[in-house]
Amino acid sequence: MNELNTILEYCKEQAFDLNFTKAKQWKASAEGKVLVGYFPIYFPREIVHAMNGIAVGIMGTGDRKQIIKGDAYYQSYICHLPRGVIEMALDKNLESFDGFVFPSICDCIRNLSGMFKLAGKGRFQRYFDYPQNFSEQTGGEFYRTELDKIISDIYGINGAVLTPKELNNSIRLYNRNRRMIEEIYDIRSNNPASLSAIDTYHIIRAGMVMPVEEHNALLEEVISLISENSGEQLDNIRVVVSGSFCEQPPIGLIKSIELAGCYIVDDDFMLGSRWIQGDIDDTSEDPLNEIVKSYLYQSTFSSAIYDVGNPKGKRLVELVKKREADGIIFSAASFCDPALLDRPELQKECDLAGVPYISFQYHENTGQFKVIKEQAGTFSDSIKLWA
Amino acid sequence: MKTQEQEVVKEKSMLIQKEMLANLFTELSNSRETGKKVVYTFVPGNLTELILSFDMLPVYPEINALQSGMRKKSAGYIRDAEKLGFSEDVCTYVKCDIGMMLNGNIGPTGEKLPPPDLLLLSYTGCFTFMKWFENLERLYPGVPVAMLHTPYQEDGNVTPEQIDYMVKQLNEDVIPKMEAVSGKKLDMNRLSQMMVNSATSEDLLVKILQSAKNKPSPIDAYFAGVYYIGPMFTAFRGTSEAVDYYSQLNNEVQDRISKGLGPITPEGEIGEEKFRLVVEGPPNWTNFREFWKIFYDMGAVIVASSYTKVGGVYDLGFRHDPAHPLESLSRYCMGCYTNMNLPQRVDLLADYVTEYSADGFLINSIKSCNSFSAGQLMIMREIEHRTGIPVGFIESDLVDPRYFSYANIKNRLESFFQMLEQRRIIMSQEQR
Ligand code: SF4
Ligand code: SF4
Repeated sequence: MNELNTILEYCKEQAFDLNFTKAKQWKASAEGKVLVGYFPIYFPREIVHAMNGIAVGIMGTGDRKQIIKGDAYYQSYICHLPRGVIEMALDKNLESFDGFVFPSICDCIRNLSGMFKLAGKGRFQRYFDYPQNFSEQTGGEFYRTELDKIISDIYGINGAVLTPKELNNSIRLYNRNRRMIEEIYDIRSNNPASLSAIDTYHIIRAGMVMPVEEHNALLEEVISLISENSGEQLDNIRVVVSGSFCEQPPIGLIKSIELAGCYIVDDDFMLGSRWIQGDIDDTSEDPLNEIVKSYLYQSTFSSAIYDVGNPKGKRLVELVKKREADGIIFSAASFCDPALLDRPELQKECDLAGVPYISFQYHENTGQFKVIKEQAGTFSDSIKLWA
Repeated sequence: MKTQEQEVVKEKSMLIQKEMLANLFTELSNSRETGKKVVYTFVPGNLTELILSFDMLPVYPEINALQSGMRKKSAGYIRDAEKLGFSEDVCTYVKCDIGMMLNGNIGPTGEKLPPPDLLLLSYTGCFTFMKWFENLERLYPGVPVAMLHTPYQEDGNVTPEQIDYMVKQLNEDVIPKMEAVSGKKLDMNRLSQMMVNSATSEDLLVKILQSAKNKPSPIDAYFAGVYYIGPMFTAFRGTSEAVDYYSQLNNEVQDRISKGLGPITPEGEIGEEKFRLVVEGPPNWTNFREFWKIFYDMGAVIVASSYTKVGGVYDLGFRHDPAHPLESLSRYCMGCYTNMNLPQRVDLLADYVTEYSADGFLINSIKSCNSFSAGQLMIMREIEHRTGIPVGFIESDLVDPRYFSYANIKNRLESFFQMLEQRRIIMSQEQR
């Protein structure tokens, strides 16, 4: 148990190290290493890894940094995440990063890419346009040109050539990473007392800022330790939390849900780490094509992706069934158009499937959780009462 | 002083426009009887020529939303959408449109709009468009959706790969769906012919917008720009009627220039042109007249604006190309203002300030529109830094009247105009 606590403490520290010390140390340890910062949600980190780099997930400042300059760049009616990012950029937290990738999830992130360009942060600033067309010849080809741009950006910095061998190796490591993260969710689903949602969160978020090899070693240890840990099961309800895929909820919010008598058996925090469902082929002669195909055919559902013929409401309800959850907590960042515009539809699907839910909004630096705790508590009580 | 002749001249183009729009809405309300198919789509990156070449009728939900705002219907519509679970925080155009649909889909002329036969999701420059149509897809179950993903000009240019991606989507998805819905085969000659008209209209539109370089400017390139210069463009581009309309409008504008007249306002001639402004961001529609009046009462004329470029930045040279119809539709989609990256937008606005001899730069920041609002404060700093002219900032919403505070906006604008006045005095003293 002590061993687990040590790992958990370490992950907690890493997850919220807004100076990205570990990644910077890694970069400084030898010539030719690159750091690429990327913003939520998904980015195929494998390609950076295969080119002697780390793709570092920048998930916002949460409630760990006072925002002063960032507020001067954003009106009050824009979500919180980008203002924290600007604060970090201006405060030099992001120094030593070679470049930045801005996945195409909303107009805030899109325009943030332009702000980084105007401010000259990093040697490249790439808006990364996920295709919304899912045919291999059309969307797939376009996606490949998007990946090629980043590959040549990195090549321009360290001269690294992306070889199939290296890329297959990186795919293998990330396959393992994703498999172990899913295993942790499965263990927790069977025995939610084995690891709290907050600890799970810290463990996965820590993987954003360190080499995948090190994260894999940590995950392996965690799995072996929590498999032995039966924990004390409480009379809690089981919930899925949905809508927190980009701006991350404050830790206090996750804690409040747990304290209100809910086991969070699945969620979309840190969605990028779990984006690809299943393994990517790591034996191909053209592994880049496998990365492309994995996006087209193995992406999870999300508010950032057009859900042609596979509606996300249904997929969310399937997840609830798979996890044997009692209900859903819709929790999204305020002013987040993608998440909030999906909500009525997702709620409608829940109504149709008879899945109870509650909904609220937060900012990554929300400090007051009384109302949320009360709401979640009432939700939990009503489910227990009527179940 | 107003003359009889000027009023007649003004009325002529206004009458043509009124008639054209009324005809379109009548056609729409009769579409079930006439068998014409209806395509719901968006203004930025619209494929009007393609839709019209199949004899289908376009419906632009944003235009319906803004009309609902002007007709004071939007508050109720937004409230109804919020009751359905839409957050107070999200784009009010979406909520207004969904509310309108929940209330019987009564369009701007009071006639019921037909449901769509095709949802053409050509989403350009705004991520919310995609969410909007995902919602419409659920509200109109079974209606086919054609998705046209428009890549962003992230590097500040349009690449051959991006064009290739768009043309493929047109060929593989958009056109086959249009053919299936309309029951007609694509007629490339007809499409190409329409583009001849488009390019002519585009030349005229640019001429009209650039007339604002004159002193005084004969037009208001924001309020009039969105009120009667621009909207015609979207639904009718590619038709000979559009060419006639813009020829007429251009004649009127040229006439005003020759007479040294400023823009016409809802209350007649503007009087002396005191301030020339460049404006970034959409207008407010719920209090459009009141909002405009604050400007013309102060003698402020908007000489260039970004919002009139959401449907295309033709002044940068783009024209629909009859020789390459699908490529040029693709280029058109990618070239719209909100699909340009922030550095490009700053360059464009800074150029406007210089080319149109503006005295000030103003942002109207829209509470619920991230596509415009996120990054505007940085744009403002950059423009101030590059041009040295005073910059101003006001906030409102497109169609949610809860976020239009007349007193607040008026106060801010008065301070802004004072700043412009003071600068003018200082500059004239320095010149002496
Ligand atoms: S929280 Fe939502 S609106 Fe904000 S950056 Fe993320 S996806 Fe965009
Ligand atoms: S967010 Fe802005 S650009 Fe997008 S649909 Fe709404 S009003 Fe239009």
